[in-house]
Amino acid sequence: MLREIRPAILVFAVLTLITGLAYPLAMTGIAQVVFPYQANGSMIVRNGTVIGSALIGQDFESDKYFHGRPSATTAPDPKDPAKTVPAPYNAANSGAANLGPSNKALIDRVKGDIATLKKENPAAVVPIDLVTTSASGLDPDITPEAALFQVPRIAKARKLPEDRVRQLVSGNTQGRLFGLLGEPRVNVLLLNLALDRLAAG
Amino acid sequence: MTVIGWAQILLYCAIIVAITPILGGYMTRVFNGERTFLSPLLRPIEIGIYKIAGVDERREQNWVVYTIAVLLFHVGGFVLLYVLCRAQGYLPFNPAGQTAVEQGLSLNTAISFITNTNWQNYGGESTMSYLVQMFGLTHQNYLSAATGIVLAMALIRGFTRHSVRTVGNFWVDVTRCTLYILLPICIPYALFLVWQGIPQTLGPYVDATTLEGAKQTIAVGPVASQIAIKMLGTNGGGFFNANAAHPFENPTALSDFVQIISIFAIGAALTNVFGRMVGNQRQGWAIFAIMGILFVVGVFFCYWAEAHGNDALNALGLTGGNMEGKEVRFGIVGSALFAVITTAASCGAVNAMHDAFTALGGMIPLINMELGEVIIGGVGAGMYGMLLFVIVSIFVAGLMVGRTPEYVGKKIEAKEVKMAMLAILVLPLMYLGWTAVAMQVPSAVASMNNPGPHGFTEVLYAYTSQTANNGSAFAGLNGNTLFYNLTGAVAMFVGRFWVIIPKMAIAGSLAAKKSIPASSGTFPTTGGLFVGLVIGVIVIIGGLTFFPALALGPIVEQLAQNAGTLFSSN
Repeated sequence: MLREIRPAILVFAVLTLITGLAYPLAMTGIAQVVFPYQANGSMIVRNGTVIGSALIGQDFESDKYFHGRPSATTAPDPKDPAKTVPAPYNAANSGAANLGPSNKALIDRVKGDIATLKKENPAAVVPIDLVTTSASGLDPDITPEAALFQVPRIAKARKLPEDRVRQLVSGNTQGRLFGLLGEPRVNVLLLNLALDRLAAG
Repeated sequence: MTVIGWAQILLYCAIIVAITPILGGYMTRVFNGERTFLSPLLRPIEIGIYKIAGVDERREQNWVVYTIAVLLFHVGGFVLLYVLCRAQGYLPFNPAGQTAVEQGLSLNTAISFITNTNWQNYGGESTMSYLVQMFGLTHQNYLSAATGIVLAMALIRGFTRHSVRTVGNFWVDVTRCTLYILLPICIPYALFLVWQGIPQTLGPYVDATTLEGAKQTIAVGPVASQIAIKMLGTNGGGFFNANAAHPFENPTALSDFVQIISIFAIGAALTNVFGRMVGNQRQGWAIFAIMGILFVVGVFFCYWAEAHGNDALNALGLTGGNMEGKEVRFGIVGSALFAVITTAASCGAVNAMHDAFTALGGMIPLINMELGEVIIGGVGAGMYGMLLFVIVSIFVAGLMVGRTPEYVGKKIEAKEVKMAMLAILVLPLMYLGWTAVAMQVPSAVASMNNPGPHGFTEVLYAYTSQTANNGSAFAGLNGNTLFYNLTGAVAMFVGRFWVIIPKMAIAGSLAAKKSIPASSGTFPTTGGLFVGLVIGVIVIIGGLTFFPALALGPIVEQLAQNAGTLFSSN
């Protein structure tokens, strides 16, 4: 048994160096050369400043922008670091609401969100993704239905014809991969950037 | 449920069936010590490791020495990970300035990663430095996966050898597994993930100014290299708190699809390795069929429940299934499929929050784990877990006809059956026992995020997941308390090693037996009768042990919901 001690230390040490250091560092080196945009987080730069990542949702409150899904991420309370406060789309602390299906707090929250959305667009059916929180709190996408639901509000705030905005939504809709994998979706940040360009042009 | 949804599921199953014999053939060569197409490149490195470590690759170990080597190997992993967590504030690769991880949490995390559980009571991006993520967690993802695989190989050798005392050399097995199987897959895989959008950088978190002028700090890091082995090795511990739901861990539909394939790849291939080594691939396919049938049934129920949605929300006029706690890019089918795969396979990564699943949809992952993680299972662990159930099933079949049971040429006798039952029964002792204890501790009850039966399910899920070395969570439960950190560590430790040791005893006992040729009285173990029998034994043992607990959790929750009852915290 004593002769197993030496390999226990040395096999462990060598494999640790290979898998824990050489492997991630080599991957970092190659990735930085071959895919520098993705390897650094798919950041979007406008006029010299980083405005976000194409893959990470951000919080939109204004009527002029399409809104993403409700986000349940939190941040430490500035007054008491032991507690947390809601901080939607906090990309340094991903997380979810984790409310169970029979939890009254979930049903009450959804009811409130439906009422708010109904005011904005009374005619349409409320899409479920606009009133449910995502798993990461950073979901960059909404369904095409959720984008179309917001068109009247955007058109009014931007003084654009609804058809133009609707076209923009369909132009920014991503279908399923090979018509099979994933779900149709619209990236909210990219859609809003296109919206800004449309207004500027 | 939609046609496109089922098409995705069918495509997934077809790919797993297709890669099983290919990867299985390759892995068989690796563990038989034969040359492979990678040998010219890797053989010199392999020999170098044996030289440095003083390993004689021709000297084999008996089951006791093999097991001791496994345990010694874990000691190093535990010490390294614990020290890294405690000392990360003083170490390099820490641009976010993370400070020492608290003692209980460090202990829980170290046990969690050496046992291939990867339960996370911490939030990755808010707790761990890049050094811990790479040198502590990524490396342990490799080594705990390799350990699981070689432990399965030791048991398989027990079946294939006869009249010998040895079951292989652990140091050779673990080195070859890491060099020839895990690394060559993970290197291109990690680069594929970067291409799909997963970051791979040592640079600091990025401060962005959003379109509306707010500040958003975006956590990045050496993510892709960890995700590749996290999935392939069925580890499941994420770089980020939200795990594979985080867009930086799983950015696209394609990255998701490849990730779920990689979760099952090695576990499925091991059934083929077993078949090849016992000299009849149909023996492997029979095991594969048992796993496959249980898997498809789980997918059907989970997908159905999630697509049907939450009645309380449907009553508000919402349609489209239960999207609470799910990501738009994966939708209902992508989330339900992932949930079943990750819990069938002891992976524990999540791309949707199981806590927010419907009562019945969330029960399927729980059942998968309570069955002992044998539906494909963790790499290696699933295979040896399934063989334990096979031993019990063969014993039951033998009782029915009054004959000494045998399996692939080996007589199954009292010792094997006792050891198999010991390994099978210790799991419910842990997850039911600790759940019962937690219910008596007020602070543990206060950790629940949801009122009513759903809160109970959170606790049951936590101990089940840790005992089964899965690592997924009903994540609302605040597990980062002294009570949960310590009791969870015990559950993970016992769930891993109390299965490994009896299992190795079986390996040693089988290897020493003579091989007997099949006769007309031998129960055929490649046909439908065998498959049905094993499924029956798994379901009966499972059902008898955990059904009462399920009745107190998801089942009563669903019944209450049917009656229109909601639960509130006060």
